[in-house]
Amino acid sequence: MPPEQDLSFAATFAPALLDPARGVPAAVTGPNGKAGGKRYDVYRNNVTVSLIDAVAAIYPAVQRITGPDFFRAMARFHVRQTPPTSPLLFDYGRDFPAFIEAYEHAQTMPWLADVARIERAWLDAYHARDAAPLAPAQLSAVAPDRLADLVLAPHPAAHIVRSRFSAVTIFAANRDTAPFEHIDASTPEDALITRAEFDVTVRHLPPGGAVFATGLMSGQPLGEAAVSALEASPGFDIASNIAGLIEAGAFSSIASGDPR
Amino acid sequence: MTTAIAPDMSAVPLRYSAPIGGVAGTSFKPEHLQAILGAERQRGFFEVHAENYMGAGGPPHRALEAIRRDHPLSLHGVCMSIGGPQPLDKAHLARFRGLVARYQPALVSEHLAWSTHETSFFNDLLPLPYTAATLRNVCDHIDQVQDAIRRPLLLENPSTYVAFRESSMSETDFIRAVAERTGCGLLLDVNNVFVSATNHGFSALDYLADFPLSFVGEIHLAGHAGQADDEGDLLLIDSHDGPVADAVWKLYEIVVRRRGAVPTLIEWDSNIPDWPILRAEAAAAQAILDRCNQPAPTGDRHAA
Repeated sequence: MPPEQDLSFAATFAPALLDPARGVPAAVTGPNGKAGGKRYDVYRNNVTVSLIDAVAAIYPAVQRITGPDFFRAMARFHVRQTPPTSPLLFDYGRDFPAFIEAYEHAQTMPWLADVARIERAWLDAYHARDAAPLAPAQLSAVAPDRLADLVLAPHPAAHIVRSRFSAVTIFAANRDTAPFEHIDASTPEDALITRAEFDVTVRHLPPGGAVFATGLMSGQPLGEAAVSALEASPGFDIASNIAGLIEAGAFSSIASGDPR
Repeated sequence: MTTAIAPDMSAVPLRYSAPIGGVAGTSFKPEHLQAILGAERQRGFFEVHAENYMGAGGPPHRALEAIRRDHPLSLHGVCMSIGGPQPLDKAHLARFRGLVARYQPALVSEHLAWSTHETSFFNDLLPLPYTAATLRNVCDHIDQVQDAIRRPLLLENPSTYVAFRESSMSETDFIRAVAERTGCGLLLDVNNVFVSATNHGFSALDYLADFPLSFVGEIHLAGHAGQADDEGDLLLIDSHDGPVADAVWKLYEIVVRRRGAVPTLIEWDSNIPDWPILRAEAAAAQAILDRCNQPAPTGDRHAA
């Protein structure tokens, strides 16, 4: 390639940034014949450390549970294997829960991936588009015989995470600096993550609540979603569940089925 | 049924904010929000990294709106990858334009660096060789950014740790050519000059003598850290994690005397101190700006 068109520098420089097995690119040097090795390593270090820091910023509870050394070693594997594809780092780390699930050294903490899923949803709720939540009065204005056909639009910040473990309790106990206490990890817990206005909240859903909420948020009419929830959980209480979801700000509006 | 109407950013007219003159500002860090809002209005400006405000909504925008209500803003892009060989990321450019339209910043800047290659984003300001090919490429990219935001961009000189064997021109010649060809302004990072001068064994004063100061529309000052290169000599790291070094303050004063007072930012991005410490650094820069901006001595004053 003629030199006036040669833009191959990035292809030469980039591959060794996240691959310690590769040598220093021959294209780089220090001044006056000095070596480029430790100089290039500054970039390797900047890239790796800043990406590990980015993962740590998204998953503080996971880091508190594992301790920083364990966490950073685990995150280092992940960033080398799956570097970000977007310059928006708050979008990074979506594959990290699945990575944790498969990570050899995390097998004694089978609930850790679900805690990470709640943290990922927490950050999505934090950055979600702002929208006013559906007011309870809007729902109470619907004629009772029309309720079953009602379709609700999910709030942009609303997310459901289901877990076979006590992920909500473990998450809540590790998002701040409160002292550790013993948690029985074996109770299945489902989380509703929302941000009606300023603060992200994480709620523990009652039995059947996740099936109900997931159905509604995917566009199922209220009646159908309630039937699914009852099948999943015979003790499901529709009135308290719909009230709880609306109070949490899980919906932004009535999408259809409102005859007015 | 009511739906919130989101502003259509493409419909918002882009226009210049009034020049802010020789004032000192600081990086805006969310942990300082309450301290800033609780104090009297600052004289200076606040600078943010554009990418931190590219989410759809939520607390970051509330904080930036609160800051912008009372203060001029500088929007500093970190990830445009202007120096990279790939075409600019159109979606990223659109987001950047949307922020310029929404917050009407007084200053808009980006880096002479790259951070994305193929599909990987490396989250660092990576260096480029200075050649005819990279010059044309950088100018094309700046043309595209300036077309999108409809105003001149300020391009920041990098701090670097390596040089490229293929470079055929000096950094200052390269930067001058970019400014002359694209009409962009320059963001002179004096700490970067000091870091690169140490790392590459040249004189910072010589660099500043060659730098096209008339294009400079903003100055950055920051702290650096030290480690060693392969030969055991000092290698400075552009760490933004502490106070501005004395040598950098001296260079800054030389620049301001030569260039005149331009908006100056204290950058502090990690080990972030309490707000009064950061504000005091800005006050030190402001004192230099004010000293260099004084009217002519009394002896020159004409009798009425």
